[in-house]
Formats: sequence, structure tokens, C-alpha cells
Amino acid sequence: MSNIIARSASTLSDLIQEDRVHKSLYSDPELFEQELDKVFNNTWVWVAHESEVPDKGSYKTAMIGRHPVIVSRDRKNQIHVLQNRCRHRGATVCEGKHGKTKAFTCPYHGWGYALDGELRALPKPEEYEGILDKGEHGLEKLRHESYQGMIFATLRDDIEPLEDFLGGAKKWIDLFMKQGGGYPVKTLGDHRFRFPGNWKIQLENTTDAYHFPIVHKSFISSVDEATQDVFDFLDGEGFVEDLGNGHSVMVMIPDLIDLEANLDEPIPERFAALAKELADEGYSDDEVRKLVRAVGGSGFNLNLFPNVACSMAFFRVLTPISVDSTEIHHVAIGGDGAPEAFNKMRMRLHEHFQGPMGFGTPDDGEAWERVQRGAHAGTNGWILVNRGMSKLSQSDDGNVKGAVCSETGMRAAYQKYLQYMTAEESNNA
Amino acid sequence: MLDTQLTVAVTAFLSLEADLLDFKDYNAWLGLWQESGMYIVPVDHNAKDFSAVLNVAYDDAEMRRLRVQRLSGGEAVSTAQAKPTVRTLSRVRVLSSGEDLIHVRAACCLFEDNKNGIRHFPINLEYKLVPAGNSFKIQEKIARVMQSEDHLTTISYLF
Repeated sequence: MSNIIARSASTLSDLIQEDRVHKSLYSDPELFEQELDKVFNNTWVWVAHESEVPDKGSYKTAMIGRHPVIVSRDRKNQIHVLQNRCRHRGATVCEGKHGKTKAFTCPYHGWGYALDGELRALPKPEEYEGILDKGEHGLEKLRHESYQGMIFATLRDDIEPLEDFLGGAKKWIDLFMKQGGGYPVKTLGDHRFRFPGNWKIQLENTTDAYHFPIVHKSFISSVDEATQDVFDFLDGEGFVEDLGNGHSVMVMIPDLIDLEANLDEPIPERFAALAKELADEGYSDDEVRKLVRAVGGSGFNLNLFPNVACSMAFFRVLTPISVDSTEIHHVAIGGDGAPEAFNKMRMRLHEHFQGPMGFGTPDDGEAWERVQRGAHAGTNGWILVNRGMSKLSQSDDGNVKGAVCSETGMRAAYQKYLQYMTAEESNNA
Repeated sequence: MLDTQLTVAVTAFLSLEADLLDFKDYNAWLGLWQESGMYIVPVDHNAKDFSAVLNVAYDDAEMRRLRVQRLSGGEAVSTAQAKPTVRTLSRVRVLSSGEDLIHVRAACCLFEDNKNGIRHFPINLEYKLVPAGNSFKIQEKIARVMQSEDHLTTISYLF
């Protein structure tokens, strides 16, 4: 039924209005196919953090929409993003999640590629004499650029530089990267799970503070009173800002915007043992305070359209699988070279809320599954994203700003989505 | 020579634990543990030191207590309509046994009645058990769930 509604709408702008989006955006397989082409094939997509490929020979596999890619670091320390497809008969040349290798060898006929994607060797080359130029048959290289260690890649050579695309989000990425506690941010592993729902349900969730005290009641009950107060932010001074290009920031805990400020504040009781352990290890009072203030993460979620968020203390990465299936990665982060106790505490905090068995994620998953099922109810219907629209203001940076539980970030994402979906030029790679 | 008597006793204990988990008698399950015991669901099945890596679950006594409270307290929407799981246990093998510690490995297949259909999870279980009277206490349980190194679904029960 939703297909019929989608096709009968005169344009996509009928389905994506400023204050509402049509429920067929969650359930129409034709729209989903268009999204992969028009959105994911035409923008910057996050593929890795540089710490995931730390050494020469390190690699990680990732997805750009439906395109499997390899992020590798070659012998000259250069990072590459390569299509994971042998140039002979098309088999993937790398199936590992991450690791180290000297080369990528196709298991089908043995074509071997260097870490930079160049075709180095193939069995029985004599039959290709005069008909195959190895120099033109390396793994296809994708354009990629980094900001603060976050590697983004794109299928398009003609779109704006990454930093222009990130625009107003860069200030918040800079702030987010302070959570290494004085050390460079590095990844500490990830949780991966799939939920039976559309990718945009997750995209919205990262900028949805409204659900937190409802859905995450059991998590809130599991922490001490002081922490409960910290998470009681709906009536606080938090806010959501539209940062342009579909990006937004949702500040839940204003006191934790800058993790290098207010270092003289009392150490929270739940981190007292960590502070003592660090002090016993010989860290100075300043170092201890910086580490303890950073250990719980930032007080905001930065939603970067379309597939990644810097979400309080981790990277949230989404991959659309089908119209009603999405894979989520919750990437834990810590400090590169930071005290072991600090990184261990960050992992334990991550396990507490995130991942398949966290105290938060399964309840998010239940809500998202119900949204997906509800999208099939009735012959017509809308998803409201109008919360807070009547009380908007302008931020110090000149951005549209709403209350912490406004749906300002969702509206920002959907307007960018509409722009991509209605663009005439697209890359059908 | 197999110590059949020990294997039978261990199998009975593991069956008891499986039954408590399937029928969500979580408070009774807490009673099976040593206070210093660790309940671990790894991401990396081959990790040597689970404390130093990210896991799906890495629970000491306090986290087990909080997890049980979450699963049975009625506040978690994902547990609101939870039905009993069904797990079959087999291939129980005592890897080593001493007076103070028994090292056990077993296979488990867990079925979950989810609103999107029946989901199943094959699991390699590993236990360190401490003899306690005519039964045991769990010093360590590691549930290596197939695909936890890749992707799972969301889980609102215990492996």
C-alpha cells in the first residue's frame, strides 16, 4: 500500500514536508533503492577512524551504502579506500573485519593486490599478453579525506571537500575529540547488531532526547543518584542546533560540552575509585582531573548526515541493509596511550549502555522495531517531526536552535535528504 | 578414563542453570554464583584478557545484580512481552578438574520467540566451577555466541 501512496505523490517533497515525513519513507522498497543511489552514492560517507588502521599493513572493511570497501594503510603510511572487488571476476578480495596483511589476494583466481590497490601479480600471465595492462586493473580507489582522524570516502570526485561538507559540525568534532583525556582518541572495539527497521529510524534517534527518560528508564535506575541527575536533562539548558548539510548537534549536558573546562569541579562519586587509582599510579592532580572529566564522554550527540554520529562517548555508525533492516556499529573509543584504568573504565561504561546486551540499546531496538511495524498500519500516515518548531531561536553561531527535546535535528536531516533525493545529477556507480 | 560421575554432576548443574535462565528465574540464577565470579559474553572469542577488551557483557557481581534488576524490574520495554527462551545443552566435557576448580566446556543452542519470528543462537559455553557441598558455584562463565564477533540482534535475556 505504501508503494501506491509513494507513486501517487506528485513529488518527493510531498512526502517530506518541513514538519512531517510520510511513513512510506520507512517501508517503500523503491524509495530505499533510490536512497542508496541518490544519497549514499553522492555524499561523504564515514568509513573508519584512523586508529582502526594504525600500522603499515592494517586494514578494515566497511560499507558505503551497498558498496563493500577496504580501508588500508600502505607501506608508505598512506591511507587508501578501495572498492572490495577483484578486477577479474568480481569476488571480494578481503572478508576480514580488520587486521594486518601484506596484500589482498583474490581467492578465486589468485590475483594479488598491494595495500594501495595496485595489481601486483596474477597466475599464468602469459594468456594476458598484450591484452591486459596491470597498471589499469588495480582495485578501484575512492576519493577519501579525513578530519580529526575520521575518514570519510565518496564515490564522487566532483563534490565539495570534506571540510566544506562538515561545515558547522567541525567545531563540535573538535570538542568531541577532547574525550581522550589529553591523549589522541583511538577506537577500542565495537558492538555490532542489526535491527528490523529502516536506517532513518536510527538516524533520527541520535538527535531524539525526548525518548530518553521513557525508553531508558531501566538504565537510569541502574546508575547512582548523581548520575541520574546528570541524565535528567529534558528541563535543562540543553539545545539542538541545525549545523547545515543535514548535520545537527543535540546538547544534553551543557556542562560537558568542553571536557577541558571546569577541571576544578568536584570528582563525581562514581569515578572516585578511578581517580584514586590514577593518583596511586603517579598521575598529577591536573592529569587525574582531566582524565576523570573525560571518562564519561561529552555531553552531546553530533549527528553527521548520513551515516555516523559522535554520540556522547562513542561513534555510532549505520549501514542500510534493506528497507527494513539496518546494521548498527557502536564503536567504543578511548585515549591512545592513556592509562589502562581509563580505557578499561570507558569500555565498561560502553558495555553498560551500548551494544546488543547493553542496558540501553535493546530498549531502543524495541521502540525502533515497533516504529517499523507501525509504518505498515493504515493506508496513509505521517511521522511527526514538528516538536519545538514554534519556539526556535538563533544560536550564537547563527544556526537554527531548538530546545533539547525538539526535533530540530531530524528536520535538518530530512531537508538534506530531500535535497539529495530530488537532485537531478547523481552518480550511478 | 572419563570421570562419568563428575560429568553427570556438572551436566545436572548446567541443566539447572539453563532451566533458571529459560524460565527467567534470575534471582535464583544469581545464587549459583561465587561473589567474585565473572559472566562474560565476548566480542572477540579469542581474547586472552577479557578485562582489557570490549565485550558484549562483562559482569561482576554488581553488574549481574543490576542486569537482573533490569531484566525483571518491569521498566525495560524490551522485556515487557518477553517469553521463555528454549536452550538445548549438549557436548558437556570436563576439560580439567581439581579439588578447587573444574573447567568445563559445552554446546548450547538458544531459541528466542521474537515478534519477527524464532531466532536462534548457537553458543560455545565455557565454565569454571567451584565445588560447593553437593553442587557447584560459578567462578566464570564465558558464552561465545556465534556471530558476536560480527553482528547480533538486540538481546533482553541472558545467554
